[in-house]
Amino acid sequence: MDFGFVLNPSSTVDLGKVDTTLYDRLARRCPDVKTCMACGSCSATCSAAQYSGMSVRKVLLGLQRGNDVSAMLSNCMLCGKCTMVCPRGINTRNLILTLCRIHDGEGSK
Amino acid sequence: MIYQGKQKIWSDYQKDIPDDHWYYARSCIRQNFFPASEKYFLEIARKVLGKDICDNEHHTTCGGIAYHSDTIPQETAMTIVARQFALMSECGYENLVVSCITSFGNYNETIETWREFPELEAKIRENLWKACRREFKVPKYVAHASDLIFKFRHEIAAKSVNRLVNRETGEPLRVVEHIGCHYSKMFPHKGFGGAEYPCVLSGMVESWGGQVIDYPERRHCCGYGFRQYHVKANRGYCVANTHKKFESMEPFHPDMIITNCPGCPYFLDRWQYVISEQTGKTYGQGGYGIPVLTYEELAGLMLGYDPWDLGLQTHQVAVEPLLDKIGVKYDPAAKYLGLNKEDLLRPELPTNMKCH
Amino acid sequence: MKPAVAIIGGGIAGMEAARQLLLLGYTPIMIEKSDHLGGHVGEWHCLFPDMSPAADLVENLKNGIKGATVFLETGIAFINRIRDTYNVMLDNGISIPCQAVLFATGYELFDAAKKEEYGYGIYNHVVTNRDLELWFGGREDARFPAKPSTIGFVHCVGSRDIKAGNMQCSKVCCMTAIKQAIEMKEKFPKAEIYCFYMDLRLFGKKYEDFYIKAQRDHGIHFIRGRVSEVGENYDGTLQIKAEDTLNGKPLKLNLDLLVLMAGMVCGKDNAKLTAGLRMGLDTDGFLRSRDNIYGVTDSNRRGVFFAGACTGTKTIPETISEARAAVLGIHNYLMK
Repeated sequence: MDFGFVLNPSSTVDLGKVDTTLYDRLARRCPDVKTCMACGSCSATCSAAQYSGMSVRKVLLGLQRGNDVSAMLSNCMLCGKCTMVCPRGINTRNLILTLCRIHDGEGSK
Repeated sequence: MIYQGKQKIWSDYQKDIPDDHWYYARSCIRQNFFPASEKYFLEIARKVLGKDICDNEHHTTCGGIAYHSDTIPQETAMTIVARQFALMSECGYENLVVSCITSFGNYNETIETWREFPELEAKIRENLWKACRREFKVPKYVAHASDLIFKFRHEIAAKSVNRLVNRETGEPLRVVEHIGCHYSKMFPHKGFGGAEYPCVLSGMVESWGGQVIDYPERRHCCGYGFRQYHVKANRGYCVANTHKKFESMEPFHPDMIITNCPGCPYFLDRWQYVISEQTGKTYGQGGYGIPVLTYEELAGLMLGYDPWDLGLQTHQVAVEPLLDKIGVKYDPAAKYLGLNKEDLLRPELPTNMKCH
Repeated sequence: MKPAVAIIGGGIAGMEAARQLLLLGYTPIMIEKSDHLGGHVGEWHCLFPDMSPAADLVENLKNGIKGATVFLETGIAFINRIRDTYNVMLDNGISIPCQAVLFATGYELFDAAKKEEYGYGIYNHVVTNRDLELWFGGREDARFPAKPSTIGFVHCVGSRDIKAGNMQCSKVCCMTAIKQAIEMKEKFPKAEIYCFYMDLRLFGKKYEDFYIKAQRDHGIHFIRGRVSEVGENYDGTLQIKAEDTLNGKPLKLNLDLLVLMAGMVCGKDNAKLTAGLRMGLDTDGFLRSRDNIYGVTDSNRRGVFFAGACTGTKTIPETISEARAAVLGIHNYLMK
């Protein structure tokens, strides 16, 4: 008989144990990404956001918190609108392209 | 850890507890979970400390579980509480000593609510009169039963035959103290030591020779909750909370856990079995679990009562390793003999957790 | 004899006011309850945004008030008004008749032990912003690990906290945390540093530059979420809990050192100090200005003036400016 005695997984992020290799690699090549202040302008203006959940802000945060962001990246249409609105002047289009290259394995060399 | 820092906080959260003449409010579930705890509270209070404590067979549940499970409204819970107060008034007592942590929280919440909203108290008085023609006085003092044991911990230590010390090594036993959430998280000033660093149990442990462990998830709930455990769909996170505590205390190698709530010792004890069945992991030494005792059971052990009279055979986690460390004498053959020496039969053994 | 002005408080506000009063030819009489001048700033090591030594500022101010009468380790018994003058009675029995009174009583640093969940004074490696400045200044402190690899800063400790009795934003702590985080990163380049904030309030000149520098050049992590609980691990390190509100998930982290940004709170003697003048306090417990826009350094009593953090949380440049403004107010008042 099932009494429901299971161990639910925890949603807590143990920050010290998050693998940030991808983010670190990205930050080395595009140091400006570190200046993101999570204002959300990029996501607000994103052509793909409202149909696909794409968000540059969430990509950057996710990379630092161990969330899988690869699916989100594939939704970017590379229109460059996010680059225009970023108040910190982060080249978000270049950020996405770099990240895609890192994802494709190029960055591991 | 800076011990003086804790002492400073403890001094901010002290309360004056009347010396004697108490009306005892039992818990509705403890007598099933840990059947001898309340009996030995009365035994210790009356026989060892010489106190006058009234135990009334007419009282019922305080309604706390139903209230916290959202199955009765607060007004109903308060009317049940008012009836307990009426029984106390009828017996001629003014000091209420409460066995259950949630009842303690419930009584305090009711009294504080009436203090803020006197019209609600008037309404509850009317409800009670309509329901059972009873009247009540609000208790002058509400204490938790562990408060009383804390207050007289040194007297108990002086009369003890056992100490929380490893007989072989002479080292103090390492004890995790777990406080029920409703003891002081609702009203920090109503608990000895406040809500962040309560001293009601740690004071007993220190007084009886043990060493208290302060581990990172010390303040975390045992996981019982009411809507958690009682609802099957939520049970997984009840277990997960307990698991989180054990993972956190594991590096400190505790010899035992002491608790002052009905639910906490039950879940800290039983879930060790559930966790071991699911993960294969046990947290005590040598494949055993960590014994979890109520403060009355521990006080009883210190005072030399027989562990089987204290009901320690009803625990899931075997207590023998702890008894051996302390040097408590016990008859293994008598473990599963009832009061009339009749064989109670043996429980089925867990797959992974070692039991005697 | 030039008109005398009693200055209550020997911090930077009081000293700058005394300096200006001397330049204008008045007789400032300074009363300080501690045994030294300089107040809180005297305990600080470096000041943003130029990273100038706090000791230099205090020293310059001290040099500027040579000739002023200074009472150290002296409290105020009471202050009362006698016709157009004031009588400041000291706790040593000396009575100071003066034509004007300047309150430069400043603020108090929030007692971080009151936020019990952070374990200040209980866990070995929990310190405050003040402890950190004193340590930067060379004070021995066993709470600081030799080589911390993870350091956390908690913003808003006792500030914006109704339960702690302080509604107000302490204003300078966000910037102080960033300054101190950078200083720690410079001392321990391999350490990961985390700032836990509710809002980042970086309003002043060059503050935003510091923020960007902390992010880009020092890789300091900013996490939006208030630390809710601190515990001590078996190895003596700290475990903290917070919600990472941008990620929408609870977060835990082990730290070698936790720095609590204790905020500025109102002076606990404010009510007693002003009782004889019947000035009343503001709703936040600070002294009440005549007007919070046009009369910050004026009280609602003729001849009684304010400078600095006694009326609310202030930065150092604001405090210095107010000291000068208050002196101009005093001068205009005495010229009448």
